[in-house]
Amino acid sequence: MNEKLVTPELAAVEVDAPGGDLSRSDVILKGALAAGAIYGTAMVSPFVRKALAMSESGDVGILNFALTLEYLEAKFYEEAKSRAKAKGELKSLVNLLAGDEQQHVEALTATVKQLGGKPVAEPKFNFEYSDTAGFLKLAQTFEDTGVGAYNGAGPMIKSKEVLAAAGGIVQVEARHAAAIRLQNKEEPAPAAFDTPLSEKQVLKAVEPFIV
Amino acid sequence: MPELKQLRDPVSRRKFLAVGGGSTALAAFLAACGDDSGSTTTTSMQSSTGAGETAEFGKGDVGILNYALTLEYLETAFYADVIKSGLFKGADLETIRKFGAEEAEHVEALTAAVKQLGGKPAPEPKAEFPLKSAKSVLELAATVENLGAAAYLGQAPNIESPEVLASALAIHSVEGRHAATLNTLLGESITPDGAFAKPADVKTVLKSVEPFLVE
Repeated sequence: MNEKLVTPELAAVEVDAPGGDLSRSDVILKGALAAGAIYGTAMVSPFVRKALAMSESGDVGILNFALTLEYLEAKFYEEAKSRAKAKGELKSLVNLLAGDEQQHVEALTATVKQLGGKPVAEPKFNFEYSDTAGFLKLAQTFEDTGVGAYNGAGPMIKSKEVLAAAGGIVQVEARHAAAIRLQNKEEPAPAAFDTPLSEKQVLKAVEPFIV
Repeated sequence: MPELKQLRDPVSRRKFLAVGGGSTALAAFLAACGDDSGSTTTTSMQSSTGAGETAEFGKGDVGILNYALTLEYLETAFYADVIKSGLFKGADLETIRKFGAEEAEHVEALTAAVKQLGGKPAPEPKAEFPLKSAKSVLELAATVENLGAAAYLGQAPNIESPEVLASALAIHSVEGRHAATLNTLLGESITPDGAFAKPADVKTVLKSVEPFLVE
């Protein structure tokens, strides 16, 4: 596991979850959405309160976690401009996505600094694909994972301003995900609810691409 | 529908969308975007959305959920009417069916959530939609979905309960997916606001759906 990805705050939250291996999404949402309802507050609030109380510098940790994902996406699309063999409509889409992800990197970096934190360093990435289809498959994984990651972290964000900004980014990631899925001839919105991902689930999805 | 026309026009749309908050962190965040909307961003920063604007739908999170429920009812009714209209077939019809079914799931989940919080779910509004041609219907669908996504984004920071927030976020991104899909079908940009989606306040959203409500 890349140390840079795991902020102490987020790691502590994960470790201190009741039952040890319960992810945020398990605790907060999965069952609730399956039932088409929301848990009563009493069921989960002790965990949530604990998580929020622990994360004194939690927003910086969450933002740095997001920054790492955005670094990955930005690099992926920047490389894709020359590697993905994209033509026509897809070529324009790759350019759009590369620009958006780079703007997310810059915005998150500035926000971490604004909050008095230190932006994480950009990891080295290795993306293995040899054709347009391979690129599109990875793109779908990254965009869907990005949506789940922001949705999973959202309820842990303390600052309303940071939450508003993260919301503005996750909606754009969802739009990217839909556009890439259309390119793959897949359902752009496969389910009525986008499943939030825990930090652990996100790391598992992106680790193979971090050198 | 002057409101809807204005919403579709990217320039006047900015005027109608308000950005919540106004702290230095968000200012830095937005400043860092470095896009061409810097001046309009500054303007909209001054109009705060803020909590309590959904008070007419109920107190606190119940009010926000009922506001969302009202919008989801409208979306569900809209898609049901579109399916009945016979204007679409094939792949486009399948997409519309899928999105309609997802909006209906949102209605169910939000209704259950309001009850769970001890509130009374908002009643289903009576609505009528102009269904003239496939193109105009797709345009209306795109407007409604983009507005819906912006409405959720506008309320997210006002939600008190982390559980309600988690659910709202899970719906918000699906509305974003719907919006991008419809924009794609229309040959329009998937990200009309650029790299950062903009929120819409309650007043703007309600004013936009008003023309479809019938008493």
